[in-house]
Amino acid sequence: MIEEEDIDLLLNDLFDLYGYDFTRYSRASLKRRIIRLCSLDKFPSFAELRYRVRNDPSYLKRFVEEVTVNVTEMFRDPAFYKSLREEVLPVLGTKPFIRVWHAGCSTGEEVYSMAILLKEANLLRRSLLYATDLNPSVLEKVRKGIFPLALMKQYSESYISSGGTADFSSYYTAQYGQAKFDSELSEKIIISTHNLVSDSSFNEFDLILCRNVLIYFDKELQDRVLKLFDASLGTLGYLALGTKETLKFSAVQHKFKQLNREKIWKKII
Amino acid sequence: MEENHLNRRCELLLIGGSAGSLEVLFRLLPLLRADLPFPVALVLHRRNSGDSTLSELLASKTLNPTQEVEDKEPVTPGTIYLAPADYHLLIEHNRTFSLDYSEKINFSRPSIDVTFESAAEVYGPGLVAILLSGANEDGTSGLTAVKQAGGMAVAQNPDTAQMPFMPHYAITHLPIDHVFDTIEMAAFINSLT
Repeated sequence: MIEEEDIDLLLNDLFDLYGYDFTRYSRASLKRRIIRLCSLDKFPSFAELRYRVRNDPSYLKRFVEEVTVNVTEMFRDPAFYKSLREEVLPVLGTKPFIRVWHAGCSTGEEVYSMAILLKEANLLRRSLLYATDLNPSVLEKVRKGIFPLALMKQYSESYISSGGTADFSSYYTAQYGQAKFDSELSEKIIISTHNLVSDSSFNEFDLILCRNVLIYFDKELQDRVLKLFDASLGTLGYLALGTKETLKFSAVQHKFKQLNREKIWKKII
Repeated sequence: MEENHLNRRCELLLIGGSAGSLEVLFRLLPLLRADLPFPVALVLHRRNSGDSTLSELLASKTLNPTQEVEDKEPVTPGTIYLAPADYHLLIEHNRTFSLDYSEKINFSRPSIDVTFESAAEVYGPGLVAILLSGANEDGTSGLTAVKQAGGMAVAQNPDTAQMPFMPHYAITHLPIDHVFDTIEMAAFINSLT
């Protein structure tokens, strides 16, 4: 049994020693992840996990990787991507240059999905996709653009439901059980570490996607991040969140108008 | 035992179900009183359809307000909440819901264990958890956590379950407080205060 006070001590260590601030993460989920890591790495007690984190900076990488959730997929919620295709991209297409930010992109499946949409709208050549995460190791996977081949059947089905009409397998090369996505897609992706908790705005974007990231934050941190997105969006820019996330009750709510049933908002002031 | 539950204050009722549990709910919900004094959360294994047809269907069976959970929503008495498809449902100490898209547990997302364990920590003796029909081991660890925290564990009578494995697994692995059929379950829930 791990007490709340133990978690507080560990989170203080992480901030004091390494500058990672997890104190405003959703506690129920975070605690579950920490208990899971304790058992995965076979620590006899919580004190031993804490000792390892404090004294072994190389273990920090694994800790951050395992405590944050890095589950994602291509074309998750096809109706959402359909709405991007039909309602957002035609408007973005009127701009000479399109900047997209995937905040908390994890291993990048959504970034590649977006790159495919842009390519099919003939917009990829004048687009840049910024992919950021606090986790350097997941960003390495984004850079490579290699995903398990076994998942391609499911991704292909979602792609078709999202309104895709090409042969999905034309976007990757299969080798040794892996699917490597075309460099035409990856060369438009700019990768950088960015921590939504502590880092600030670094550019102005036309579309920000941050799906199923805010659920891991408490209300106060959600508000901070939404302000950061507001400050990073140009006028009439778009913000896309996960299907169970909302701008309602946030400090920036009045500046945005929801597009339709999907969780896409347009910045109106 | 009877007296025990009559004196107990229910602060949250959880119902977990898998294959064969929907028809139990379709019969159970209309039997529940219209002014439940506590919140109810349903965690059901289902296909990830992405739409909210199920919550509308369930809402049509009860006079209590019924809705799918939105992230960080307060847990409000009198409301029946449904865990959204493809998210784990957790509860924070300030009694708001949290969603989580981490790995499946027992091949399931939402996992009944995840919600039961998380709620046990927050509600302790104020929690009542019911496990319905299913063909999976999900729910048993969760009910164990509910018991350990002082809450009450109830299972559907496996003889009345379309898929008896799930409630049977729980009954054989922990000291269940009550084993009920649908009618008994409704009377029990209506007697909780």
